[in-house]
Amino acid sequence: MSESVAVDQPPAPASMPAPAQVKRRNGVIERTLADISHTMGHTLFSEDIARHSGLLQSLDPRVKVISMLALLIAVGLSRNLAVIAGLYGVTLALAWRSAIPVGFFIKRVWLFLPFFTGVIALPALFITPGPTLLSLPFGLAITRTGAMSALFLLLRVSTSVSMAALLTFSTPWNDVLKALGVLRMPEAVILIFGMTYRYIYLLLNTANDMFLSRKSRVVGRLTGADQRRMIGATAGVLLGKSLHLSSEVYLAMQSRGFRGHARAPSVASFNMRRRDWGAFVVVAIVTVSAIWLGQ
Amino acid sequence: MNQVHNETLFDLHEVTFAYEGKQTALERVTLSIQAGERIAVLGSNGSGKSTLLKLLDGLYFASSGVIKAFGQPLTEAAFDDDVFNFAFRRRVGLVFQDTDVQLFSPSVWEEAAFAPMQLGLSKADVHARVDAALRALRIEKLRDRAPHRLSGGEKRRVALASVLTLQPDVWLLDEPTTGLDPRSQSWLVNFIVEQGRAGHTVITATHDLSIVDAIADRVYVFDEAHHVVAQGTPHDILSNTDLLLACNLSHDHVHRHDDGGEHTHPHAHPLAHTHAHE
Ligand SMILES: Nc1ncnc2c1ncn2[C@@H]1O[C@H](COP(=O)(O)OP(=O)(O)OP(=O)(O)O)[C@@H](O)[C@H]1O
Ligand SMILES: [Mg+2]
Repeated sequence: MSESVAVDQPPAPASMPAPAQVKRRNGVIERTLADISHTMGHTLFSEDIARHSGLLQSLDPRVKVISMLALLIAVGLSRNLAVIAGLYGVTLALAWRSAIPVGFFIKRVWLFLPFFTGVIALPALFITPGPTLLSLPFGLAITRTGAMSALFLLLRVSTSVSMAALLTFSTPWNDVLKALGVLRMPEAVILIFGMTYRYIYLLLNTANDMFLSRKSRVVGRLTGADQRRMIGATAGVLLGKSLHLSSEVYLAMQSRGFRGHARAPSVASFNMRRRDWGAFVVVAIVTVSAIWLGQ
Repeated sequence: MNQVHNETLFDLHEVTFAYEGKQTALERVTLSIQAGERIAVLGSNGSGKSTLLKLLDGLYFASSGVIKAFGQPLTEAAFDDDVFNFAFRRRVGLVFQDTDVQLFSPSVWEEAAFAPMQLGLSKADVHARVDAALRALRIEKLRDRAPHRLSGGEKRRVALASVLTLQPDVWLLDEPTTGLDPRSQSWLVNFIVEQGRAGHTVITATHDLSIVDAIADRVYVFDEAHHVVAQGTPHDILSNTDLLLACNLSHDHVHRHDDGGEHTHPHAHPLAHTHAHE
């Protein structure tokens, strides 16, 4: 989604003034929002990488889903920084072997990390009692224990998020859903996953379209206040649209006989090959040793 | 003309519907539709066509007045009965105007399989129906694609396929030609003709006057006050320029003549024909 919109430029009529060579800057807020929706679109919905050939791409989706869950558990149970760091290293190596540009991968994950962890990790720095590492004004002090637990949290979350990202990058979303189905995940949950993904896609698309259509209509620069007003209005419209969408989709499902308990069609026709079993065994060994070493 | 059975499918008496109790969408609508009829519902934007189809599909319920389908009143209580719900849903299929809401499954195949799965058909039957529908709409190649990533016209075909697998004998089509290229449009017109020949009921909401003659035996016209203002054969309705003009279904056409004079006359496009040879 959100490919740059290629508009064929008609030859400018003679009376059209040539564009002045001035860089026009969009407002900061607008650029940030557009960036976020663009990035989200690319990270969450780009299936380009999943179609490349690479190590993870060649594995059965079921193996990937189970492996991810096992490794997530290992990360969660481990009380040893080195072990978690090691698992992070493994994740990066897998990314590299799966045609995922490692720089891009690290950057994408860390970009969203502050949202998840910052809020929790920051207070932990100060409020955890223990020997003082660094004294700050106002009687605040970063304790050794606090720093350690913040570091743990950060590394745990970044490793877990990386693993989840690895799965979604290397596997088309439909296959992830199917694998969950094969693994006896309740159908309703899978239906919700699938629809959430679709909603986000549709809303991001709508947000992008709204930015574009506004851009095409705005002549001249807007003041900061005007911009904020417009963005507020946009957000309101988006919320209204998502509510409308969910009730309409429900009608569409009802119309085709849906009665609240989903019968999701399963077309899964996966087959485990030798390399899948191999990967399975390797992951099992890594998981068990990580848990054991991490005690 | 199709064989019209003497069974009243839908019977609406003084039906009024308002969204959230405020926004009136249908105002004292009375109409009746026989099994096997092909009906066009004409009206300008906002006149209430989509709302009517949703009422006919038992998705919304009349704020006042009575709607009967197959001789039974359509009420929320009626649909709470699983037996009635099942019988109604398998006979009536609605293709939504907005394909984005109609298509909620992760792949085209699953989208088309949704309805027969809800009917509880066997796996083999589901596969057979889906394959047949994808073939009929020439979208076999799209079977593993995500519906929301398709082009507008492709989405429309998938939406049709997703109802075709239900094999309904009552079709409710909401602006089905929107976004279709000429070839697909004539395919659709043909499809409606075929459904009619098979004895099925097809109710199409549209403001595309060029297809009305081909897809309908009878026409209902809604005005902007959400009333039914006229009904009749396609010929009667399409030749009534005053009516079409009053309902914003045709527009004034300005001609310039060689002598430099200009004159305006109402202008509709009822005579543009679609020829389907397939
Ligand atoms: N979800 C809704 N909530 C509130 N009002 C609505 C809703 N949907 C439609 N309406 C209103 O109900 C009236 C009838 O709408 P409807 O969608 O049935 O028109 P339509 O004939 O299908 O129009 P179009 O040709 O544009 O599709 C309109 O005035 C519209 O504004
Ligand atoms: Mg409509």
